[in-house]
Amino acid sequence: MSKVTDILNEVFDDESYLTCEDLVETGLVDSFEMMEIVEALEDEFDIEISGRDIVPENFANVATIEALVEKYL
Amino acid sequence: MIKTVLDYLEASASKYPGKTAVTDIRGSYTYSELLKHTREVGSYLAGQKLPVNSPVVVIMDKCKEALASFWGVNYAGGIYAPFDCHAPAARLGLIMEFLKPAYVITDREHFDKASEIAPSERILVFEDICDTEIDEATLSEIVAERIDTDPAYIICTSGSTGIPKGVVISHRAVIDFTEEASEEMEFTSKESFANQAPFYFDASVPDLYCTIRNGATLHIIPSDWFTFPIKVLDYIAEHKINAIYWVPSALVVTANLRALREVDVTCLKKIMFCGEVMPVKQLNQWRKYIPDAKYVNYYGPSETTYASTYYVIDREFSVDEALPIGRAAKNTGVLILNDENKACAPGEVGELCIRGSGVGLGYYNNPAKTAEAFVQNPLSPFYRDIMYRTGDLVSENERGEIEYVGRKDFQIKHMGYRIELGEIENAAAGEDGVDRVCCVYKDSKIMMYYQGRIKKEALEAAVASKVPEYMVPSVFVKLGAMPMNANGKIDRVFLNSSEAPKE
Repeated sequence: MSKVTDILNEVFDDESYLTCEDLVETGLVDSFEMMEIVEALEDEFDIEISGRDIVPENFANVATIEALVEKYL
Repeated sequence: MIKTVLDYLEASASKYPGKTAVTDIRGSYTYSELLKHTREVGSYLAGQKLPVNSPVVVIMDKCKEALASFWGVNYAGGIYAPFDCHAPAARLGLIMEFLKPAYVITDREHFDKASEIAPSERILVFEDICDTEIDEATLSEIVAERIDTDPAYIICTSGSTGIPKGVVISHRAVIDFTEEASEEMEFTSKESFANQAPFYFDASVPDLYCTIRNGATLHIIPSDWFTFPIKVLDYIAEHKINAIYWVPSALVVTANLRALREVDVTCLKKIMFCGEVMPVKQLNQWRKYIPDAKYVNYYGPSETTYASTYYVIDREFSVDEALPIGRAAKNTGVLILNDENKACAPGEVGELCIRGSGVGLGYYNNPAKTAEAFVQNPLSPFYRDIMYRTGDLVSENERGEIEYVGRKDFQIKHMGYRIELGEIENAAAGEDGVDRVCCVYKDSKIMMYYQGRIKKEALEAAVASKVPEYMVPSVFVKLGAMPMNANGKIDRVFLNSSEAPKE
């Protein structure tokens, strides 16, 4: 499921997100980046993410994003 | 006659003393509590002999205590200047240099931040001054001497150069805007507003003043909630919020992050936006989910008090169309002037210039910049008639509505053609997979920077299908994240510099 990291690599200019404990808490991701991530995940995995799942807990790091995608596959 | 904004607060406090005026995540103030704390802050400052018409900085997160501080400064005859508590100290330092405020009001949480920009004897902590005994006699004496054209607040903006300026706005300007908006939107004491914009940004002005003018309730939503808008919409539904003044970005994010289809927010009846171009694509989504609300597109720079023109959305728009910015607000005059300072004919593109009571008093302590932008109306040279040159290019359509074309600074000459970079940006912005876009003109080349998942080739083809060949950018640069400046706008200064990515 390294596709998620591929997507994040496109969104973030460097790889500091990989070691970041919480993308949201640390302010690394803003609302426009969130839009990009969500759209890219939906395209890549051909899923439709519910607005109810677009919450900080699901976007804290690569593992939580992968778990979210898993739920839709 | 309403003379200062404090008249709004006093009237609502006497009419609705026990009603909630403002609520934030930590608690609420009733109108009588808000007035009390406001007068306490005012009494403290008056006790310190704050010179009239001198600025006082307020640096805290948006919260109810900030409001008591703002109007407390006004009670003492001062001008309040909200600061962004997240901005780098170096930038705030630049503003402190020309503002030279007598005091900086902060709260315990932001004391360290305040200490980075001001000496400790100039810092007042809200928690320490808010139980000052109210000095009725002195406050009424000060307020009695105020006139409506005295300054109420200073909002700091950074122009295209990135050097900050402080726009000075009078009580009269705020009152005229608030009266007009309240009439047009039929605001009453039943209104509940959900604030989105930070207080250091003038997009929050209607929230504050339409609330206290009408005895309504203001809900302050924390800024970071907007990254996950479902939480904001849940709050709106739970508290039956019916009116919002948001920036278009917040509406776009809410639509794009799938929040609208999850929560029933048809309690929203009045949806207003200002500050940037509202994309039709996302507006149409809002209209689909909340068809019965009244939608208003406001236009205006901070220099002319939130908004000078507005358009009540009265018809359908397709994604390729731009929303008009409408007509002049009451007591506002708009002129569209060409390069020779003559009035443009309908359809002709010219610079929008604004006259009227909403026009600001100038840039604080900056006569040179003031003289450049606040100028004599060339069409009436025989008496003093000041207008503000917005630097925005507009034209009037066949319905008599004003349409925004772009920034004058972004008008370029390329291969002999006069081109508005904004027009190329609009052509790209309507495409799926484009989140943010910015065109610059560098080394005789049009370059398009964008953020979004669309591929360069697809974007180029889309733009080429909409604009003439000479306007198609020769370089497309896909960015992971668009660089943003301190005001939350795209950092054009950086993109224009040689440090910006070239491919």
